[in-house]
Amino acid sequence: MVKLLKNLMKSPMFVVGIVIFVLSLLVAVFGPLFYNVDINARDIVAGPYAPSSAEHLLGTDHLGRDYVSLLIAGLRSSLYVGLIAGVIATTIGVFIGLFGGFRGGWIDEVLNMGTNLFIVIPQFVILVLISSAVKEGRSLTLIGLIIGLTSWSWSARSVRAQASSLRSRDHIALAKMNGDGNLKILLKHVLPYLLSYVFMVFIMQVSSGILSEASISMIGLGPLDSTSLGIILNQAKDNGALSDSIWIAFLPATLVITLTVFALYLINTSMEGVFNPRLRK
Amino acid sequence: MSNENKAVVFHADNISKSFNAGKHLKVAVKNASFDIYDGDFVSIVGSSGCGKSVLAKMMLGLYPPTSGEFSYFGKPIANTKKHWNEVQSIFQDPFSCFNQFFSIRTQLEDARFILNPRPSKAEFAERVDAGLRAVNMEPDEIKEKYPFELSGGQMQRMLIARAFALRPKVLIADEPTSMVDAHVRAGILDYLMKIKKELNMTVVFITHDISLANYVSDRIFIMHDGQIVNQGTPDEVLGNTTEPTTLKLLDDIPDVNKQEWIPNSHLARKAKNAENA
Repeated sequence: MVKLLKNLMKSPMFVVGIVIFVLSLLVAVFGPLFYNVDINARDIVAGPYAPSSAEHLLGTDHLGRDYVSLLIAGLRSSLYVGLIAGVIATTIGVFIGLFGGFRGGWIDEVLNMGTNLFIVIPQFVILVLISSAVKEGRSLTLIGLIIGLTSWSWSARSVRAQASSLRSRDHIALAKMNGDGNLKILLKHVLPYLLSYVFMVFIMQVSSGILSEASISMIGLGPLDSTSLGIILNQAKDNGALSDSIWIAFLPATLVITLTVFALYLINTSMEGVFNPRLRK
Repeated sequence: MSNENKAVVFHADNISKSFNAGKHLKVAVKNASFDIYDGDFVSIVGSSGCGKSVLAKMMLGLYPPTSGEFSYFGKPIANTKKHWNEVQSIFQDPFSCFNQFFSIRTQLEDARFILNPRPSKAEFAERVDAGLRAVNMEPDEIKEKYPFELSGGQMQRMLIARAFALRPKVLIADEPTSMVDAHVRAGILDYLMKIKKELNMTVVFITHDISLANYVSDRIFIMHDGQIVNQGTPDEVLGNTTEPTTLKLLDDIPDVNKQEWIPNSHLARKAKNAENA
């Protein structure tokens, strides 16, 4: 594990990615300790869309709320949704993919059919339908859950492909002939090969979860109980920021989303190179 | 050699094995019938893709036959763990045989768990050492080494060492020396013959090298397109055959080795054919 980290640290892509990601995580979690402005407080003196000042570093939104504190809250919500969606989607995807791919036979075929079904149904349409159906109960956690429950299909498919190609490898047959049981084979001879994959799938799922939440919030179907980066964009759009070229109302939120997802992408890509076991020694 | 008094290790009656490949049904082994006797050295010869390896995996109990009757010492292979206590193999592709996340040594020593009664760790480690020396590797050489640090030939020797350490009753060797240097190969075959004699081991040797098969076997099976087209003692199979696959395999032996390996009767017939033509 230490070796792995050392190798990862040698990759500049990983370092840049992890620095951005950890920074965004720190800001999301500890930001309010340093920049403590109530996100619901409307500054009547400064007014709506106030320019940046010592009091409001990035100005205020259409209601006169402080933008930086909104961004911090939004980032926290986005990461939270991303993590929930990522954990759920990865768990379901890995479980279905591993089980189907390793077992084979009719179980695999049924699971594969289900996976393909979820792949062909556009995830965004389901998201929109469920989100608009839930109405009042639409919380951040629920949105994360819905994203997780609808986005696992690609993970399942890629893990299944890996697992089923491993199944026919001779080292599995040899492990059987060494007397290993199914569980031991799965843990010792299949999972290590997939671990890097699972990690990467998880990171991809987190980033796609963040993006999905942003998209759904952007069109006005986001969570009702908290501010997210998508909601900031939605409100900027609804209150004339785009048509009036009020850049500061949407550019920072867009940049934060882009940077966070880009950081995850960098981590993901650099892991691909380092997890190759030939580089471990 | 008479087989009348020997026990039948594998008995196959019209066995077939097919795989689903998309919509097609790929028949890998077609209606094979044979007996393999205790203590025999049987070679299965055929060109690539003729079903040799599938037949080997059926003997190992890894693939159950799709149809037909197949038994090991008169009983169908039901309990694979019990089966592998006695029947072990050397697989064909050494690159895919090891888990690259664990050292070679631990993987070789893991093999002791299939044995019943199970040898102690120290005892089996000694057997692994002996196996390694038999394939011309110093045990220290592979200490702490991972599979990807060895060459194909070295890994193949690891597989052979594993089989030698297990000392099975029946050894199914699927092209065990295809990547090994010529001078090491002779040593390995010698050792194989030695422990075969010592343990009265039954060996099923899969190869595409008919001259080698002729040299070492008690019986030879010739396979073509999933079928066993010719079987018997080397003399019966190679001596006076008109079976086209066998003839083709004999023709494909490089000229340099021919005088040494091909039965004279075959050479004489070829000369006669040439005269007639």
